[in-house]
Amino acid sequence: MDFSLSKKHEMARTLFREFAEKEVKPLAQEVDETEEFPRATVEKMAKAGFMGIPIPKEYGGQGCDNLTYAMCVEELSKVCGTTGVIVSAHTSLCCDPILTYGTEEQKKKYLPDLAAGRKIGAFGLTEPGAGTDAQGQQTKAVLEGDEWVLNGSKIFITNGKEADVYVIIAVTGTVEKRGRKQKEISAFIVEKGTPGFSFGTKEKKMGIRGSSTYELIFTDCRIPKENMLGQQGKGFGIAMHTLDGGRIGIAAQALGLGEGALERTVDYVKERKQFGRSIAQFQNTQFQLADMATKAQAAQLLVYKAAKTKDQYVKDHKTAYGVEAAMAKLYAAEMAMEVTTKAVQLHGGYGYTREYDVERMMRDAKITEIYEGTSEVQRMVISAALLK
Amino acid sequence: MKIVVCVKQVPDTKGGVKFNPDGTLDRGAMLAIMNPDDKAGLEAALRLKDQYDAEVTVVTMGLPKAEEVLREALAMGADKGILVTDRVLGGADTWATSQTLAGAIRNLEYDLIITGRQAIDGDTAQVGPQISEHLNIPVISYAQDIKIEGDSVIVQRQYDDRYHVLKAKMPCLITALAELNEPRYMTPGGIFDAYDAEITVWGRADLKDVEDSNLGLKGSPTQIARASDKVRKGAGEKVNLGVAESVDYIVDKLKVKHVI
Repeated sequence: MDFSLSKKHEMARTLFREFAEKEVKPLAQEVDETEEFPRATVEKMAKAGFMGIPIPKEYGGQGCDNLTYAMCVEELSKVCGTTGVIVSAHTSLCCDPILTYGTEEQKKKYLPDLAAGRKIGAFGLTEPGAGTDAQGQQTKAVLEGDEWVLNGSKIFITNGKEADVYVIIAVTGTVEKRGRKQKEISAFIVEKGTPGFSFGTKEKKMGIRGSSTYELIFTDCRIPKENMLGQQGKGFGIAMHTLDGGRIGIAAQALGLGEGALERTVDYVKERKQFGRSIAQFQNTQFQLADMATKAQAAQLLVYKAAKTKDQYVKDHKTAYGVEAAMAKLYAAEMAMEVTTKAVQLHGGYGYTREYDVERMMRDAKITEIYEGTSEVQRMVISAALLK
Repeated sequence: MKIVVCVKQVPDTKGGVKFNPDGTLDRGAMLAIMNPDDKAGLEAALRLKDQYDAEVTVVTMGLPKAEEVLREALAMGADKGILVTDRVLGGADTWATSQTLAGAIRNLEYDLIITGRQAIDGDTAQVGPQISEHLNIPVISYAQDIKIEGDSVIVQRQYDDRYHVLKAKMPCLITALAELNEPRYMTPGGIFDAYDAEITVWGRADLKDVEDSNLGLKGSPTQIARASDKVRKGAGEKVNLGVAESVDYIVDKLKVKHVI
């Protein structure tokens, strides 16, 4: 068993780290304060190929693996959680389902622009009444002639107003399963600018404040029939499989937040003096750091394992990676919350101020325990696999 | 159009310089990077590639580990990488290095050779111009801007307070400043391709028209007696006098030290 990274992965990490330090870190505080989407950074990431890392070259992507993609989100999130989730939602929640379930025409139409970052992607599943209970969908799609007519709304959509291409989940009818009526759920590709597709309120959030989180509203929004993604009635499976992949991205974001907070804390405790010596010399500090580093390392191994397992799925279309992704997200998110909280504690009063990055990181970390499946959902996924 | 870019793998001096007990650089303890001036030269070549569809070949001389900078260059968009490595080439000063690189470049077709102005480990700024002498082509050093016009290059050569605009017929050699441009990032896909690509490795036998007496340590007129970290200056002397008295005081001091 080899735990070392290949030379190409090492070089990719060097690239991501250099980019993050130079292009992302200097803006992180401002992005948080102003709640403005870092458009210029996204354009730079697009130029460097970060918006299409695991997309095959034939569709304009970089042709790399999911491990490289996870490392990109990790390194970006070490300095800015907002930037990390922009790449994650775009790649995992929009590019990936189109790549996995799209027809050849759909892939050729949408992926080159998305992978090159000329267009940004988003995903709409959550509704006011359908969060963890994704079956509770109310948004409807009705076929009229050659068009699907969408009505309803989606909330908490990452990249909301900034995206150009949206994968939207909606109810297309009812089906009978074991004598019970159930909603038939399908997936669609919707483009920005389609008449009847508008934006509602922008969420004011605790963390990842620069990511554009919006409500999407569909009022008699007509899309071509051929914009259905995958087969009719398979939307729930598409959504769940998409979230399995998305969890690797969010786990990588959480990992980066924890690692970033740890790095800053290590620097800080060496500088900060109390009682005539640096606080790094106190055993409490040392033990806290040891726990933080051990948990961050454990999270990294889980995240990389989940990414490698997904790479195996990409090759054989058989290997399941849902449980690995759930474990990685559960552990990395809880690690991020714990490590960033400890980081603030070790920074003392300064850590509670916006002058220090750990304050922002602690706020950013919280969402990783909630979105793309709460920690409780991850526990359900993991235990269901154990007890089946 | 064919462009040859010479690059060097150097220790990153950003985090300070580390020495072995014998005074030589402890290269193992320092991160190895592509020399910044060379990277700007590579970027200039890649921009010409984007504009004129030029073919960019990157050449480096060094230990087998120097292959890393060639992979980096390929990941940025260069077409080919050539590593010149051989035990007999070790210990080369600027003369032997330029002889080696010229010997390698004689095997290649080129319209333009771009090198960095100088490397951050040696800071001599000699290798580029020396290569041009060996190949008997014109050199324009300290380039801060490069344009192509027909079969000529038009280059702004930087000075402290001005720049000269020079035109030279190709083939010619240009030495680039780090200020020339902002080098592009590698791409993730470029990195994956770079590790699948073949790097050409040349040894002594592949160098064209070079005498043994001009290679390696034996062919190096410069012998480094000792290298050391910067000698720390003392605190100096502070005097509190009026302007005229200060001038007299300093002039007297300079006279005592035979500076003037």
